[in-house]
Amino acid sequence: MLEVASIGKRYRLGSRVRHDTLRDVLMHRLRRRAAPSLLDSPEHFWALRGVSFSIAEGEVVGVVGRNGAGKSTLLKLLSRITAPTEGRIRIGGRVASLLEIGAGFHPELSGRENIFMNGAILGMTRREIQSRFDSIVAFAEVERFLDTPIKRYSSGMHVRLAFAVAAHLEPEILLVDEVLAVGDAEFQKKCLGRMAGVARSGRTVLFVSHNLAAIQQVTTRCLMFEKGELSRDGATPDVLAAYLGGSGRRPIVEDVATDHREFHIQSLRFCDEDRPPGFDQPLEFELSVSLGQPFRTVAFSLGIHNSLGARLLSSPSVVDQLDEGKTTLSIRICNHHLPPGDYSLSLGIARGTEHIYYGDNLLPFTLSDLGVNEPLIQPYLVRMRDQTGAFVPGRWEKR
Amino acid sequence: MAESTEAEHAGWIEIRPDSGLSIRLGELWTYRELLGFFAWRDVAVRYKQSLLGVLWALLTPLITVVIFTVIFGGVAGIGSHGIPYPVFCYVGLLPWLFFAQSVQRATASMVSERNLLTKVYFPRLIVPIAATLAPLVDLAIASSLLAVMMAWYGLVPSARALYLVPLCLTWAWLLAIGVGSLLSALNVYFRDVGQMIPFLIQVWMYASPVVYPSTIIPEHLRWIHALNPMVGVIPWLRYALLWNQHPPAVSTAFSLAVSLALFALGIACFARMQRSFADVV
Repeated sequence: MLEVASIGKRYRLGSRVRHDTLRDVLMHRLRRRAAPSLLDSPEHFWALRGVSFSIAEGEVVGVVGRNGAGKSTLLKLLSRITAPTEGRIRIGGRVASLLEIGAGFHPELSGRENIFMNGAILGMTRREIQSRFDSIVAFAEVERFLDTPIKRYSSGMHVRLAFAVAAHLEPEILLVDEVLAVGDAEFQKKCLGRMAGVARSGRTVLFVSHNLAAIQQVTTRCLMFEKGELSRDGATPDVLAAYLGGSGRRPIVEDVATDHREFHIQSLRFCDEDRPPGFDQPLEFELSVSLGQPFRTVAFSLGIHNSLGARLLSSPSVVDQLDEGKTTLSIRICNHHLPPGDYSLSLGIARGTEHIYYGDNLLPFTLSDLGVNEPLIQPYLVRMRDQTGAFVPGRWEKR
Repeated sequence: MAESTEAEHAGWIEIRPDSGLSIRLGELWTYRELLGFFAWRDVAVRYKQSLLGVLWALLTPLITVVIFTVIFGGVAGIGSHGIPYPVFCYVGLLPWLFFAQSVQRATASMVSERNLLTKVYFPRLIVPIAATLAPLVDLAIASSLLAVMMAWYGLVPSARALYLVPLCLTWAWLLAIGVGSLLSALNVYFRDVGQMIPFLIQVWMYASPVVYPSTIIPEHLRWIHALNPMVGVIPWLRYALLWNQHPPAVSTAFSLAVSLALFALGIACFARMQRSFADVV
């Protein structure tokens, strides 16, 4: 259905040689003649290079990678917006891309007119648009404003209308780039549902997103890009694990002096350094201390804070006896009920009422949205990010 | 593994570094609806939120012809071969305004559609071609005024005009597409082109027999004058509508050849440059 053979795309580095006006070009030519060595240095970079893969009919493939890894360039090449510098691509069917929804929307035209305009731009025939018109309008929830120029639309309506048109494309191959990042929570759910529907309908889909839960939910296979190269191609769970794992090792806190001379913190770290913590997995931390004297009844209070610094939970516990020398302790927090999100730790240490140490903003970490066993609640969690409150499993049963 | 045209559903498309160097007519045909939508949008948007709306399509040539009649017909006393000067001038003005507006809009078109160029694929040539269609609508509207003027002065075109006029307009249209697509492609790379357009249009107008008959050009300079393709188009229309004659064959053929060359050059340059539009625009 789709074959990509060692394609590469080279861009010219813009800042130095943007020829927007004739004068720039002439000046550039002159200068190059005057000082050839200065400007012969590489002015190009490869946004994508040596990428090969093929996708069978009906496959739904996710594409992950950091910003600038070449994902968007890949989609631009596949959708023929720009030509590759080398290699070739073969495509067996009509391609539609949702690179940017609302392409060609004109503020002066009414919603109705823009549906036709936008549909045509995305490659639908007039008849196709007509037959799906009612469904598009219903999806976008703009029935009452169909004949209003869209410059009077709220931004939410604008986006809904745009996505609605795009969601009604029925090409053989669909390229999707981050469209789920639009609209309010309710609408996002609808979009994700629509995506899943497209995936199930046997269409070939290439899905680029930073929303890993959505990728995990919708795709079976994943391509991972790093610095313009295809670094991994395999089953979605494996690639996602590699993607998250490769995102830098877990942070670690080392060599911290406390407010007690004889109490030294050697390190605080995650027990499992490779695997990123899924939000429904237990959290395990390891603390190594080095003591100049024995300590009795030491109270440790571990706190977990959200990205705004608010304390979400505390896990206090007391250790009876700590001997002189080095000791390693570990703690396992099983039911933390934290939803996916960004967090950090705080640690307080005391002996009786005697303060020994307090530190916060330690080990900033992310609980990923992967790993939840119930695919239906995943999208819910993702869009509720930071608003979920505690995550407490429960289930409604029919009586 | 032929590079297939965009056959609706079946068929493989191959994308290579050199694909997109040529214009595929079949593909343009597949996308004809989009061309229509672009043109329709231009027309629909143009007069939205304007008081006089479509009347502007009449007012622009009307005001222009009044000014020209006063200055060139009256003050300068340019002859018009026995035809009332306003009619003479208006017949020249119609194809000229169409051509000038088309070129102007086409030149700006690629840059103003940059949002689309960087987001969606469609044959790029559609954009400048669509830009020449809205002025065609204006031309149709402005022509009604010509009918009124000719009736007023009691001028009746012959049956010959029935085929001579459409031929002439097709000629002007192809010329506008050629020049427009060339300038629109250049404008993507050099915005100077956009700055240059008003001057180019002005100079070009005075180099064309809009306000004067080409007969006032000295005999030995006429061939240079005929290098300007509009020197073929405008008198052709006057011959067809006002003088009931076939236009002179030699100079017309010469202008026509120049026009076709310009058309081919415009399309070819556009094709060569279109590959990197999305990267540059």
